[in-house]
Amino acid sequence: MTLLRVMLFSVAVLLVYTIFANILPQVQSNPPEEEEPVVAGEMDQEGQIAWGERLFSGKGTCTLCHNDLGRAPDLLVMNLEEAFSKHLADEKYQGEAKGQEGAKAIEVYLHESFVDPSAYVVPGFGKKGTNDAVSPMPDVSGPPISLSDDQMNALIAFLQDKGGYDVTVPLPTGGAADTEEDEEESEGPAETAEAAIEKFTCAACHALGGSEADVGPKLDGIGKRMSATEIEQAILDPNAVVAEGFEADTMPTDYSEQMRVLELKMIVDYLVNYEGEGASQ
Amino acid sequence: MTGFNRHYLFAGLVASLIFLLPELAMAADVAGEVVREALPAPKPTRADYMSVGGMSSRTLVWGLAQMHLFLAAFVLAVPFFVLCIEFTGAVTKDQRYDSMAHEFMKISMAAYSFTALVGGGLAIALFLLYPTLMGYMMKVFQGQTLIYALLFLLESVCLYIYFYSWQALRHGNRKWAHMSIGLLLNTVGLTLMFVANAWASFMMSPSGVDVTGAITGTVWEATRNPLWNPLNLHRFLANIAYGGAIVGAYAAYRFLSSKAADVRAHYDWMGYTSNIIAIIGFLPLPFAGYWLMAEIYAYSQQMGITAMGGVLAWLFIIQAVLIGTILLAANYYLWCGLGRTDRGKLYEPYVKYIAAVMVGGFLVWVTPHSLILTPQEVQMLGGTHHKLLGPLGIMPAKNIAVNLMLVFTFLSFQMFYRSNRIATVSWAAQGNAFVVALYVIGCLNIFAAGIYGYMTPTVYKVGASVPQVISTLSIIVFAGIIDYFMYRGSKRTVVNWGRMSTRSQYALFVLPVAFTWLMALMGYIRSSLRTHWHVYTVMKDNSPEAYIPTIGQAGNVITVITLAFMALILFIFWLSSLGATKQADPAGTEKAGASS
Repeated sequence: MTLLRVMLFSVAVLLVYTIFANILPQVQSNPPEEEEPVVAGEMDQEGQIAWGERLFSGKGTCTLCHNDLGRAPDLLVMNLEEAFSKHLADEKYQGEAKGQEGAKAIEVYLHESFVDPSAYVVPGFGKKGTNDAVSPMPDVSGPPISLSDDQMNALIAFLQDKGGYDVTVPLPTGGAADTEEDEEESEGPAETAEAAIEKFTCAACHALGGSEADVGPKLDGIGKRMSATEIEQAILDPNAVVAEGFEADTMPTDYSEQMRVLELKMIVDYLVNYEGEGASQ
Repeated sequence: MTGFNRHYLFAGLVASLIFLLPELAMAADVAGEVVREALPAPKPTRADYMSVGGMSSRTLVWGLAQMHLFLAAFVLAVPFFVLCIEFTGAVTKDQRYDSMAHEFMKISMAAYSFTALVGGGLAIALFLLYPTLMGYMMKVFQGQTLIYALLFLLESVCLYIYFYSWQALRHGNRKWAHMSIGLLLNTVGLTLMFVANAWASFMMSPSGVDVTGAITGTVWEATRNPLWNPLNLHRFLANIAYGGAIVGAYAAYRFLSSKAADVRAHYDWMGYTSNIIAIIGFLPLPFAGYWLMAEIYAYSQQMGITAMGGVLAWLFIIQAVLIGTILLAANYYLWCGLGRTDRGKLYEPYVKYIAAVMVGGFLVWVTPHSLILTPQEVQMLGGTHHKLLGPLGIMPAKNIAVNLMLVFTFLSFQMFYRSNRIATVSWAAQGNAFVVALYVIGCLNIFAAGIYGYMTPTVYKVGASVPQVISTLSIIVFAGIIDYFMYRGSKRTVVNWGRMSTRSQYALFVLPVAFTWLMALMGYIRSSLRTHWHVYTVMKDNSPEAYIPTIGQAGNVITVITLAFMALILFIFWLSSLGATKQADPAGTEKAGASS
């Protein structure tokens, strides 16, 4: 009886904690999403400044410290023109913009502060015990923030604009490879198996959906030869088992990154029941 | 060789081992200068993560890791305070201490094999479900993993020798040899924990690698990462508090199960001692936690803000509830304990004031700073923060609350300590006045530093908590020292062990339940600080579960793990009591056999 009473009492206490955890605000923190695509030539200066503002409170995570709590200068409310001029004129400042003036000097100063924050630490904001020699700010071009050159330029544009300076940074260059990738990413998940097969261009190599391609094996009646798990593995890790008469390293090995879980499931379900073009009609 | 010299030789050997062991384990890359291929950390793809039977890999590893940690914390903590109790018994020549220490070890022994079993399961799960991560970790820590395995073997050897030689080495000089084995056991145990902590803290604050994760330093450099020592201290103290709470529950269970007055008296005393051990481990814990969090901020402000001001901030409200429960339960048990002595009545009138401080402190601690409000609610409040409750939600108010709760918990203990003692020293009045002054000045300082915190920016707010911590520790240390000398050789009155209510024993069950849930919650927070990284900033988690679950989801998982652990620990209690049960010989053959 004692054991039972003790158990019931312990469970009751645990339930209180569990219920409390469940009535608090529920927030799931997901990994950062792919950045919005920037297509070269499509963004004007206003767009770049607006992008910089979004990065300031978004991916750049600048507002975590640059706020009214005193961890770092509150860039959103302070007079930036006055502050930047003061920093550049400070004897302690020995960085790349030393002796320069104007908007270009601010660009150099800001870029330097992004990638080498300890080059100049605003008095009172250094790491404790370093006498303002070391900044607590990380290099924003490295992980975990990992801003690209275009993104740093956008941030500089935002801060230059906010400080009343001319924007001197170039407009985003994008990059052919990035753009392609982003466009593909922006397509969103396929809604049917056929759409998924088209999206991942399966028929370019396999005889599937009217295609007569023969780079990869025929998929007629594949559901009779392989289980759903084996088909899934063949898509995710195509070199694990290579069909007789075909070469390894032909099929892309990164579908696990490209495909959504639902897309993979739809394709596998489709293939399990796929009898061939004639049979399906 | 004379017996005397042999003891010295033995002590020297043990001392050498103790001093050398951690050094050997930490610097496990025997040739520390070995140049390792500077390849970046691997970038696992979705295909590199295996799933077994549709189960969530992360939840499986989470459960096993947490269960292993619970058991390991318990089996590492018990030998530590057992050695302290054994030492007390040897110095005071009171055999009751020795018997109690032995009984504590008996419980720990039953838990030891489960620790190894779950640890093995965890290792298999990690290598099976996260092979890329484990491969990288093996490359970083190289031979240290083998040293870890050897240490585990040595820990087992020491533990079994320590436990089974208890009666053989119980008296005289042999007792000191026995305690030396205990010391060696604790050294090996602590080293084991430090090694495991190095791996966990490396994942949070990697060192000895460059920005791409390529190994550029030695194993020692990877071990001595920025968060290693704060984590070591935090876990060491938490283990003691946790171990004390678990054996306290065992004592309460035996107390409630028995009707015999002498048995109840024994387990009441055991429960009281366990509660004191838990409090001793617990009182400095917030300060160790403070140091850990300060080092997290120093390592990465972003990580620190994620914990205290970001998505995990609400968890600290749950933490407040849990710690509040622990303090209230521990205090309630101490207040009930005043009933064991006739002089306890003298102190009972003060209990209601202490209770008011504890409940008030608890309420301030759980007051959130910001709430998720609808526009109508914001309008009704006249802002995003409640005018009265808003100021109670920020750090200065919480620092005042937590420090006062700790100070008054110590006061509860001090009252029980005094309840069976009458000071006979000539300076008792002055000593007492000094203790009262210490409390008054300390509490005023805690208030003053807290109020100063309201008037300064965040950075100085954090700084203002240092004098508060110093005040709290000063009260505890100096009041403890004064009481020790003031009541040394004092006139003692009878303590009626066993004169405790059933309800008081349930307070001893609240402690391990709350501690277990709290440890799992803190583990969840610590792991979540890495966000979507296996190894922060150098190796991304690309698994489908690379997100921080909601508090509710985490709470449900934590409850299931805690329930599993509580079931296991009750089984261990039952095993321990079973071992002490002897069936009466119905035919009397045993007696006859013995006499023949």
